[in-house]
Amino acid sequence: MTTYIMIIVTCALINNVVLIQFLGICSFLGVSQQMKASVSLGIAVTLVTTVSSAVAWVLYTLILAPLGLEYMKTIVFILVIAALVQCVEMFLKKTSPAIYKALGIYLPLITTNCAVLGVALTNVQDEYNLLQSVLAGLGTGLGYTLAIVLLAGIRSRIDESDLPKPLRGAPVVLLSAALMSIAFMGFSGLGR
Amino acid sequence: MSGIMIATVVLAVIGIVVGVSLVSVGRKFHVDTDPRVTEIRDCLPGNNCGACGYAGCDAMAEAIAAGKAPVSGCPVGGAPAAEQIGKIMGVDADAEERKIAFVRCKGSCDVTKERGEYVGIHDCRAAVLSGISIWECDYGCVGFGSCVSVCPADAIHVENGVAIVDRKKCIGCGLCAKACPKHLIELIPESRTQAVRCSNHDKGRAVRNVCNAGCIGCGLCVRQCAYDAIHVDGNLAHIDYAKCELCGKCDDKCPAHIIADLREGN
Repeated sequence: MTTYIMIIVTCALINNVVLIQFLGICSFLGVSQQMKASVSLGIAVTLVTTVSSAVAWVLYTLILAPLGLEYMKTIVFILVIAALVQCVEMFLKKTSPAIYKALGIYLPLITTNCAVLGVALTNVQDEYNLLQSVLAGLGTGLGYTLAIVLLAGIRSRIDESDLPKPLRGAPVVLLSAALMSIAFMGFSGLGR
Repeated sequence: MSGIMIATVVLAVIGIVVGVSLVSVGRKFHVDTDPRVTEIRDCLPGNNCGACGYAGCDAMAEAIAAGKAPVSGCPVGGAPAAEQIGKIMGVDADAEERKIAFVRCKGSCDVTKERGEYVGIHDCRAAVLSGISIWECDYGCVGFGSCVSVCPADAIHVENGVAIVDRKKCIGCGLCAKACPKHLIELIPESRTQAVRCSNHDKGRAVRNVCNAGCIGCGLCVRQCAYDAIHVDGNLAHIDYAKCELCGKCDDKCPAHIIADLREGN
């Protein structure tokens, strides 16, 4: 039991996908302008990482490994992730057009979000079983959501403050992200 | 079966399964969209150049269908596309004429001289930012081809130190005009074939000193024009395209021969 909780904590905090592993930076910086959009992107990414971890594990363990095709994992995972994202997109378009519009171009960009591919590949590398993989995917998604929501909160306060001209826009966002990253380094002692 | 065969078959099978499931999900979650969007999208060129100001042709089609963008908003598709889209939207397309980029500089290597040496990023914008004037003329083409690198149609090239537009290939998107740090590139209507190939606002002698193909503001062209279409403003000749009748007399008298005749064969 402790192992499973530890996997979630590790993936969400200690090895935070955005702030420690520096994966998925594009949408992290791009969508964090609005709180609502960042929450929905976080949920979408969490959904995709969780489901794709499970599907990737099944494909890898049941098809690729027995056939000795381990080297094909990257291309197969990309294929599966792309299809999953497409499904999520169609689902969102049908169920909540408002969120679909708020996410805009960043929703299809989850396809090429290295965070999602990163989880699937790390799971294989760490030789997780199915449940562990799913939990790692869930933890990573939660970590991504946490990071993007925190940044969105910071940015909404930055927007109201009077900044020196050279810092406005992208520079201050990058600085905030860097400080968040340093803060998250503090979790590295949590696992021992 | 060899390894490569197994790999191919496995990937193909996974691809087919994924494809089939995507189709079924797509059917289940099908959303009825405005059919005009697809129709308009088919009329647009589809090279996603972004010259209309929207993020690609899909976004543009949606904007047109929503009435947010004019039917003639695509500078690449020009009049034919505007007409088709106008039919779909049920409005008359008072389409503008197709426009073609034109470089207002004739300062090739043999008419102007180099002043300084620039060692750095091979890009016009970087060179201009560095503050080093490479050519004697401060107004002229830098010749590093920032316009060439943004052109989606391979229609502009730097020849002998100055950018030249291939009028047949040009799609009129205007990306080169935005990229040029010297603001030398102008979009002019296709039928307007007389244009001044210089942007130097300095006085006559100063221009002569730096370039043999520069407008010295002498005004000979103004006196030649029977239609009041060419004027000298700030030591530089300007053609009023609405008045110009394309007679070509201005260039006959121009001592520097910088009024271009862009008709085919010239």
